[in-house]
Amino acid sequence: MNFLSAIGRATLTFLEAAGRLALFTFTALAHCLRPPFYFRHIGRQMVEIGFYSLPVVGLTAVFTGMVLALQSYSGFSRFSAESAIATVVVLSITRELGPVLAGLMVAGRIGAAMAAELGTMRVTEQVDALTTLSTNPYKYLVVPRLIAGTTMLPILVLVADIIGVFGGYLVAVYRLGFNASSYINNSWQYLEFMDVVSGLVKAACFGFVISLMGCYHGYNSRGGAQGVGAATTNAVVSASILILVLNYLLTGIFFS
Amino acid sequence: MTMAPLELTQDMDVPKISLKGVKKAFGSKVVLDGIDLDIRRGESIVIIGGSGTGKSVLLKSILGILQPDAGTIRIDGEDTTHIGGRDRERAMAKFGMLFQGAALFDSLPVWENVAFGLIQGAQRLGRKEAKERAIATLGAVGLSPDVADLSPSELSGGMQKRVGLARAICTRPEIIFFDEPTTGLDPIMADVINDLIVKCVKDLGATALSITHDMASARKIADRIAMLYKGKLIWVGPVSEIDNSGNEYVDQFIHGRADGPIQMQIRAF
Repeated sequence: MNFLSAIGRATLTFLEAAGRLALFTFTALAHCLRPPFYFRHIGRQMVEIGFYSLPVVGLTAVFTGMVLALQSYSGFSRFSAESAIATVVVLSITRELGPVLAGLMVAGRIGAAMAAELGTMRVTEQVDALTTLSTNPYKYLVVPRLIAGTTMLPILVLVADIIGVFGGYLVAVYRLGFNASSYINNSWQYLEFMDVVSGLVKAACFGFVISLMGCYHGYNSRGGAQGVGAATTNAVVSASILILVLNYLLTGIFFS
Repeated sequence: MTMAPLELTQDMDVPKISLKGVKKAFGSKVVLDGIDLDIRRGESIVIIGGSGTGKSVLLKSILGILQPDAGTIRIDGEDTTHIGGRDRERAMAKFGMLFQGAALFDSLPVWENVAFGLIQGAQRLGRKEAKERAIATLGAVGLSPDVADLSPSELSGGMQKRVGLARAICTRPEIIFFDEPTTGLDPIMADVINDLIVKCVKDLGATALSITHDMASARKIADRIAMLYKGKLIWVGPVSEIDNSGNEYVDQFIHGRADGPIQMQIRAF
């Protein structure tokens, strides 16, 4: 009986949390469509997410491309398929590794920062202060972050795609001795428009999820420093898991 | 800077704030248990009571930050108990609030904190004009213009409270709430804040509701005092009668005695 009640309690807790998140998402989306719009804040968040995440995303992409070229070479050389390396690198980067790795890196950097900032504002009554100043906290705090996250991650991923492919090119040409023009030619030959677009659509979804988790956990944090710490951890963990789950679902939609 | 009093065009008989049977509980813990209180236009009322007696919950219920479980809250005769969205933002335009920890936005400089309601609120002033108003308001609370461009984290506790006060009065609100305005300040700075509160409320002709457990502060800024205990207002009267209230709970509280009807739940080691 205790076992059953534990399952029931866990189910109710899960449903309650899912309901709260759905309500938060719905409210935030509704505020995205209604004025006033805080363009200055949207711009500030775009710079924070897009510009300041470039170094970490760029480094991740270049080394991923380099490793991918090395690994592909060592694997494909076993059955004399070295010429497929360029195609493998470009498809892997644009379809999967670019959006997923950029998403995970931004989740760690931006999701945590959003949760910590909003959580601190919550526990120091700054969110309540916004309400007393006739300013809707959803519009002022949540909407700019959601818009910035959703729009900037595709741009970041586009940059990551280019840098990642360039990383593969560097290793292939300067370490493995491939001919530069034939490598570039092979990269383009089998790349389709949809490969890039699917990665960018994934990135937009990941950007929305990262911002949503950061805002949700930060906005609802309680209990001082410990609560803010928990909110930050929860934001990064939940965003990372959702990115992986969403990636599977979106891949199924695009390529099945 | 002296602020011109607000024009009193509304019906003087209607209480500025009216609470009827307001109840609020968190789980099984009843925090507000049927609060009835009318606050007249231009009046300064202070709610006293020990820590955890529900003073802040009462304030947040009036502001709509918390939803009461029962009862009605009226502002200028309009029922605001369950309003939201635009109606709530419109109602909030009448309010200013000084928070216990000042609650300044640490991502903004001091002047933008003070002018926040002017820039983002209903008035939507340009940044240049808003900054001029903010600097003038900072002057009204005794802060020099060079403070305007500092970050809130560069200010002392007393200065943060003054900036919080400047933010609360900058939009010239009709109602101002003060949440523990002197907590954490030395006695001299606390008295400075009390004087500023009295001056600002008087200059604006605003209605003030303060919560505190600092009796010196309460005596200085209140026209009337109400005492909250176990979710109920157990005494409401003019500040001049607080020493002869005839209420043993009030007597114990204002004299700060450990012995009396209010017992702290302390267990032995």
